[in-house]
Amino acid sequence: MGLSWRRWMFFFCMFLLVFPALAGDKRVWKPLDKDGLHDPQGPSIRELQNPADALSILPPDLIGNMVRWVGALDQGFIQPRANLQPGTKVTVLDMDLIFGKTGDQPYVRFPHKAHTEWLDCANCHEGIFKTKFNASGITMAQILEGRFCGVCHGAVAFPLTECTRCHSVTPDSFKGAFGAQNQTPAGK
Amino acid sequence: MRKIRRLLENKTGWWFLSVLAVGWVAGLFHAQPAGAEYADVVLNRLSEANGVRPVIYPHWFHRIRFRCKVCHSELGFKMKAGGNDINMLELMDGKFCGSCHNNNIAWGLENCHRCHSGLKGLETGIRGGHKAGGPGVW
Ligand code: HEC
Ligand code: HEC
Ligand code: HEC
Ligand code: HEC
Ligand code: HEC
Ligand code: HEC
Repeated sequence: MGLSWRRWMFFFCMFLLVFPALAGDKRVWKPLDKDGLHDPQGPSIRELQNPADALSILPPDLIGNMVRWVGALDQGFIQPRANLQPGTKVTVLDMDLIFGKTGDQPYVRFPHKAHTEWLDCANCHEGIFKTKFNASGITMAQILEGRFCGVCHGAVAFPLTECTRCHSVTPDSFKGAFGAQNQTPAGK
Repeated sequence: MRKIRRLLENKTGWWFLSVLAVGWVAGLFHAQPAGAEYADVVLNRLSEANGVRPVIYPHWFHRIRFRCKVCHSELGFKMKAGGNDINMLELMDGKFCGSCHNNNIAWGLENCHRCHSGLKGLETGIRGGHKAGGPGVW
């Protein structure tokens, strides 16, 4: 008798511990009237959309807007317009760069494709980056100060706390030359 | 160690632990992010000084509908919060927000309160609930 209630309590507690992992999408977004920006007394609060209503149906992430924006675009969850005037040129470039001056961290893979799906060449060249590999003098300290990759990452694109999304290439898995990669990586 | 053992040896101890666990799980479900949605921009260079609420611009809402290049390349918004000389005359001229908020691509400028929706006293800048306060603050 003494054992069985204890065993049941044990299972109950274990269930409670495991339950969150089984409970699916746990993302939460602040409603506009509690976000510290919008005036909850203002006339717009009933007209504007709450983030949760739009973002909860997009592929999940654990940080930023809690949305995998690259996946949302690739998988057709969203179809954002690429131009307003029909004459505007839209270019996408499929070229990965591998950066090697990463100290004890894994190398950095910069995918032009994921970026030029969203951005124009002129958003980065020549203002933020030179159009030549290793010519801009990128360092992590300056990224953290909001330069180079840090212009967008940490402001609008996924934040800089996600080291491994940029530092994604382990030295023992990469034996080629740094810079532009001619072949698209396996599996792509 | 012995105290924990003793806790596990009587019924009240177990109840105590299960109440803790229930509280923990409930906490998970009620957890709220720290503040404003990631990448929301406050524009208050001129608004409050001219008697209207600060403007709240939501990146998340617009990037579902437009790629970055539409605003930051075609329409010429510089990528710096507070770095563009935006005022109502420019908007009525069809520049900046007025390129779209013209009753053609999106609802028009007569809906003052939808843009001017912020609390008094907010400072111009980019916001975000996930450690990102924009460049320099990540
Ligand atoms: C490239 C076009 C474009 C530009 C530029 C633009 N918007 Fe919008 N905006 C839209 C569209 C489209 C909608 C959705 C309209 C609808 O639902 O009918 C929208 C909706 C909004 C909303 C309402 C969001 C909600 O919750 O419903 C706000 C607020 C807003 N815009 C503010 C701004 C501000 C401030 C600027 C300038 C800093 C701006 N917009 C520039 C296209 C644009
Ligand atoms: C947005 C992409 C990105 C993110 C996120 C990122 N890094 Fe970097 N990191 C870079 C780039 C690019 C370089 C420069 C590589 C080069 O020039 O060869 C770099 C360089 C480095 C270096 C080499 C030394 C230096 O100062 O340049 C270290 C160490 C480093 N990063 C650590 C980190 C850590 C730790 C994190 C997570 C807190 C992180 N990085 C997040 C892109 C990123
Ligand atoms: C998000 C920013 C970004 C965008 C957008 C972007 N690039 Fe780049 N590009 C880079 C970076 C970073 C480098 C490397 C610079 C360095 O190492 O100093 C680079 C380097 C290059 C290089 C030199 C490669 C080499 O082997 O030396 C070319 C060519 C290039 N980009 C073309 C383009 C074109 C064409 C577009 C538009 C279709 C484009 N880029 C859009 C960030 C960008
Ligand atoms: C002009 C803005 C901008 C700059 C500068 C920029 N990025 Fe990005 N980056 C983006 C956007 C937008 C995305 C889409 C994902 C998102 O919004 O979170 C993205 C996504 C990524 C991804 C994810 C790609 C995927 O397939 O999921 C990586 C990796 C990345 N960036 C690395 C870098 C590195 C490294 C640099 C600097 C050399 C850099 N970025 C500079 C805007 C930028
Ligand atoms: C599409 C979004 C939008 C709408 C709609 C809008 N505004 Fe604005 N307004 C702005 C932005 C952005 C600024 C610049 C904000 C700043 O830096 O303080 C601004 C600035 C102002 C300013 C101060 C600068 C100036 O030009 O005098 C006043 C006053 C103002 N708006 C009044 C109005 C009134 C009244 C309406 C409705 C008839 C209106 N706004 C509708 C976006 C909007
Ligand atoms: C509908 C128009 C619109 C779209 C689409 C848009 N932005 Fe913005 N962005 C703005 C406005 C408006 C500002 C604020 C400018 C100001 O304050 O003068 C801004 C500011 C920024 C800033 C500066 C933030 C800072 O730290 O000061 C960055 C970086 C940025 N945007 C990146 C992006 C990226 C990356 C995308 C695509 C994922 C994007 N934007 C899509 C309108 C837009």
